[in-house]
Amino acid sequence: MKSVLIVAEHDGSALNPSTAKTVRCAQALAADSIDVAVFGSGIDAVAAQAARLNGVNRVLSVDRAENAHPLAAVIAPQVAALAPDYRYVFGPSTTFGKDVMPRVAALLGVGQISDIMEVLSADTFQRPIYAGNAIVTVRAPADGPIVATVRVASFRAVAEDGSASVETATTDATLPTHTRFVELQSDTGDRPDLQVANVVVSGGRGVGSKEKFDLLYALADRIGAGVGASRAAVDAGYVPNDMQVGQTGKIISPNLYLAFGISGAIQHLTGIKDAGTIVAVNKDPDAPIFEIADIGLVGDLFAVIPELEKQFGG
Amino acid sequence: MEKIMVCLKRVVDYNVRIRVKPDQSGVVTEGVKMSINPFDEIALEEALRLREQGKATEVLVVTIGSADCQQQLRTGLAMGADRAVLIESDHDVEPLAAARILLKMIEKENPDLALLGKQAIDDDCNQTAQMLAALWDRPQATFASKLEVNDGSLRVTREVDAGLEVIDVDLPAVVSSDLRLNEPRYVKLPDIMKAKKKSIETIAIDSFGVDTTPAFAVTEYAAPPVRGKGIMVDDVAGLVDALKEKGFSL
Repeated sequence: MKSVLIVAEHDGSALNPSTAKTVRCAQALAADSIDVAVFGSGIDAVAAQAARLNGVNRVLSVDRAENAHPLAAVIAPQVAALAPDYRYVFGPSTTFGKDVMPRVAALLGVGQISDIMEVLSADTFQRPIYAGNAIVTVRAPADGPIVATVRVASFRAVAEDGSASVETATTDATLPTHTRFVELQSDTGDRPDLQVANVVVSGGRGVGSKEKFDLLYALADRIGAGVGASRAAVDAGYVPNDMQVGQTGKIISPNLYLAFGISGAIQHLTGIKDAGTIVAVNKDPDAPIFEIADIGLVGDLFAVIPELEKQFGG
Repeated sequence: MEKIMVCLKRVVDYNVRIRVKPDQSGVVTEGVKMSINPFDEIALEEALRLREQGKATEVLVVTIGSADCQQQLRTGLAMGADRAVLIESDHDVEPLAAARILLKMIEKENPDLALLGKQAIDDDCNQTAQMLAALWDRPQATFASKLEVNDGSLRVTREVDAGLEVIDVDLPAVVSSDLRLNEPRYVKLPDIMKAKKKSIETIAIDSFGVDTTPAFAVTEYAAPPVRGKGIMVDDVAGLVDALKEKGFSL
């Protein structure tokens, strides 16, 4: 049996698109089957959505009160309990997957391959090291499960046009009580999630203040874009941490990335290397971001953005 | 809390521009500056602050690696760690083996808290803390940006994709630090001099009876693909035209 188990990421009401991207990666394994495990509480809608992912054969819904919040210490033993039936156990390389999957691997007594960016064969993968400044080819051991996280920026989401079966699954894993969820502070609003948005508008220190970021929000809302920021803008307190794009923030791959007032520190460029088209607007003609931008404009973002807004969206 | 164990890794300094060797056998590490992994340095800083606030009594730093790692342990001692242990290995140790070795250290030292960086900036694995917590059968709080000590537990704020998640974990526990947990102190010269007098305990990695043979084969190192050179436009009209040419109609 050469089958795949994917640990789904969701927020209780909908799948995170990272799951559909992980399925795309799993398809490249040419495995016999792909199952998706959904851990949560009251997750019928999420399980039904997972069943629509193209290429998925079966959805395992592990619905219990203890799974209401994605705590690694609670979820990992349940994944490990399901794992013996599979050759591959994959999760997305999001903060959720990065938290859960190594714990699963250790419980299974195997190592993990982090951030798969390409599947070369059934046991050989490419992954980035040194913040993407080198790519290594890694071969997994011949036996034992292959536990891995999938770099979501490297894979397109599969379509939601399938019809897998949904089965209720239970495990006899003992769940710990030593880890307790308190709260999630989130102020992302209605804008598309950075890691899945087709277009991302992003600002750096050049934006100058929290208030002036409103200009970027307005432009983003006009074109249905997500909003990101450089580490400098986050550190200056213009925007919250979860908007940070870069090596220490989110690694994203939108079709179009519009960078305003971002100089282009290496750690930021690492986070946008997979974007389809990169547009940079900066006052400084020597800003490093122009070296990787597909379209560059030397100019004042405060003049450029209002003009762009006029041109965009009719 | 009494003891905090901080795990450090010696890595290529984050300011060094990484180059892949022409024969694709690795990246160039000869003659480049080596440092404590920045996330581990943050972990150590947090442990020192907890001790300075009277919330812990001892900070132990541990590393796994070659004899050269003494340099990084010395830096850790200069920052203020009480003791340092080098687990000497002549080969790279994968995260699972590192976690197994660190568990042996935990069994020996009985810390209330193991603090690690969320990932090493060389292999970018982001695994060791989670694996250690699993093997120890204790809580994990990864990507910590704030840490509050309560009676027998920690309240940890975690940087997750959706925002900030707050969890409570009972002690003992494993915490991995994210970038914003703190800003590590600068080491002063007198502290460096004092640290030179402190001794570093060295333990041979084989003495733990853990198999540290790598399980994964790294068969090739390659430079990342380079993006093609773009174009510069003069004004917004030019920008909109260039976008249209690429098929974007916004």
